[in-house]
Amino acid sequence: MTQDANPVGSPAGTLTVPPPEHGSWLVRRYGVERARRYRQVGLGTLGYLVLSAGAAISIFPLYWMLITSLKLTGMEFLVPPQLVPNPFAWSNYRSIFEFAPFHIYFRNSFTVVFLATLGTLLSSSLVAFGFARLRFWGRDTMFIVLLSTLMLPEAVVLIPTFILYREFGWLDTLLPLWVKFWFGGAAFYVFLLRQYFRTLPLDLDEAALCDGASHLRLFWQIIMPLAGPALAAVAIFSFVQHWDDFLHPLVFTSSVDVRTVALGLRSFIGDEGNVPWNLLMAASTVSLVPVLILFAIAQKYFISGIQLTGLTGR
Amino acid sequence: MAVIGQAAPPRRRIRWRRHFLGYAFISPWIVGFVVFIAGPMAASVYLSLTDYDLLSAPRYAGFENFERLAKDPSVPKALFNTAYYTFISVPAKLAVALLMAVVLNMKLRFVTFFRVAYYLPTVVPAVSAVIMWMWIFNPDFGPVNLTLRLFGIPTPGWFWDENWSKPAIIIMQLWNVGTQMVVFLAGLQTVPEVMHEAASIDGAGRLRRFWHVTLPMLTPVVFFNAVVGIIGSWQVFTPAFIATEGGPRESTLFLVLHLYRHAFQNFRMGYASTLAWTLFLIVLIFTIIQFAMARRWVYYEAEAR
Repeated sequence: MTQDANPVGSPAGTLTVPPPEHGSWLVRRYGVERARRYRQVGLGTLGYLVLSAGAAISIFPLYWMLITSLKLTGMEFLVPPQLVPNPFAWSNYRSIFEFAPFHIYFRNSFTVVFLATLGTLLSSSLVAFGFARLRFWGRDTMFIVLLSTLMLPEAVVLIPTFILYREFGWLDTLLPLWVKFWFGGAAFYVFLLRQYFRTLPLDLDEAALCDGASHLRLFWQIIMPLAGPALAAVAIFSFVQHWDDFLHPLVFTSSVDVRTVALGLRSFIGDEGNVPWNLLMAASTVSLVPVLILFAIAQKYFISGIQLTGLTGR
Repeated sequence: MAVIGQAAPPRRRIRWRRHFLGYAFISPWIVGFVVFIAGPMAASVYLSLTDYDLLSAPRYAGFENFERLAKDPSVPKALFNTAYYTFISVPAKLAVALLMAVVLNMKLRFVTFFRVAYYLPTVVPAVSAVIMWMWIFNPDFGPVNLTLRLFGIPTPGWFWDENWSKPAIIIMQLWNVGTQMVVFLAGLQTVPEVMHEAASIDGAGRLRRFWHVTLPMLTPVVFFNAVVGIIGSWQVFTPAFIATEGGPRESTLFLVLHLYRHAFQNFRMGYASTLAWTLFLIVLIFTIIQFAMARRWVYYEAEAR
């Protein structure tokens, strides 16, 4: 059905082709040319209706989150619901900082996301460069080991790393949430970047090395500047992953001083049935903003970055 | 496989240097692998054979934990719940994501708007999303039940009803398939236009072009999304932890939630490690099965050449 919904004309070069819908009643009634036109308009309208319905379902919860965040306490659940808050309770956005130390949560989340993403970008691109453009003993075997760690459920290493961090004295600090990512980032990002690096011509390496550049310089001054889209994709993935992460902060931290936003949001659901919905929604809205901004900035690199990684089999 | 540049000079010293260079570049990963993956995994095997409450030293317990695993009445429930979730949510998410990607790949007006609209839910932090859906599915004043009541349809209790709690979580997960969608979209855009033209010259309609051209070309992406999706869904945790706390009547007790409770609420690290290995084996088996089956249905262009 979705394919039929394509309102755009057939690609150029197919004009000479007899339409496959030869004998339909539209053709009999209006002739080939007008039938095709009507069909396109009809399918186009249908397509847009379906698309818009989907978009509405997609956006509605966000819209509701936003308006609930602006309602006065007690007005969240009026029936029929207020589609536009009356009055606008902007003070909710101040109240969340009184309700809980959200500025601390934000500072912690930003620290973790920044350090983890920086570490991921630097270390996983170094490793990916090694796997993609250097030859050494055991390279392919080690790459297979790296790929197989992709399938390792995080829960398997959660308990032993918890004990490890306890030995290090890292529990209830932010360290467990980012240090690990300075050591190869995550296997998936190494994989993405390696695939990308392999698409760059090897002449670059030869030229640079002939001119006397070191491998490190080749990596940093030639390859990295060409890897923008792939790095952007990794940065977005990493940012969202760490901003979103709930399980690790939950396990590795306990005190308020090192709490992240994701954990802090949960602190709103304290006692059963006594949730300050408007504040909760305001806090959720605020927690959304950084990711939205990042996505708006890096969105255009995102898809091309994934495409060029060869994930798609080509 | 591309052959990598610099024809190696025969001298040993230089060759040795080249290997060293390679290891130097991947050294962060080697350290990370040993410290954060291989070491912990080995420790986990040992832990699964002990009784360890973090306070006193681990006590060797042989296979006691495995006996406990066999007797734990919550384990079959957790296995069933997680399997139920995986087998329904993964195919459903793939289908929805693929459908969305196909539509959004068309040359429509406002397509950028729609792409952003469809991707937006994915950037909502998981915790916010779960909280939002707790309200959407609220039996009394949530918009879903308000709408159902409007049409006189019986209203389920969703998260608060043991028969509806898992479907509620699955529906909630269907809302943010943006990541899979983007991967599909990236894949769709690499399907050569020429193939579509060729097929349409041969008289194939849109549906048949999709079924016989687009879908086969897309199978590597479907495979990737399926493998990643299944691994991820066996580890589902956050929705159950926040929205239902495993209830009602353990209907959303998933494996990782069970593990979390034993490890970090009861501090039974040994038994929790046994649970972790159970999870690992399941994921491993499923991944192996998928790779074995992939030969039958995944099409890689490079191989056909």
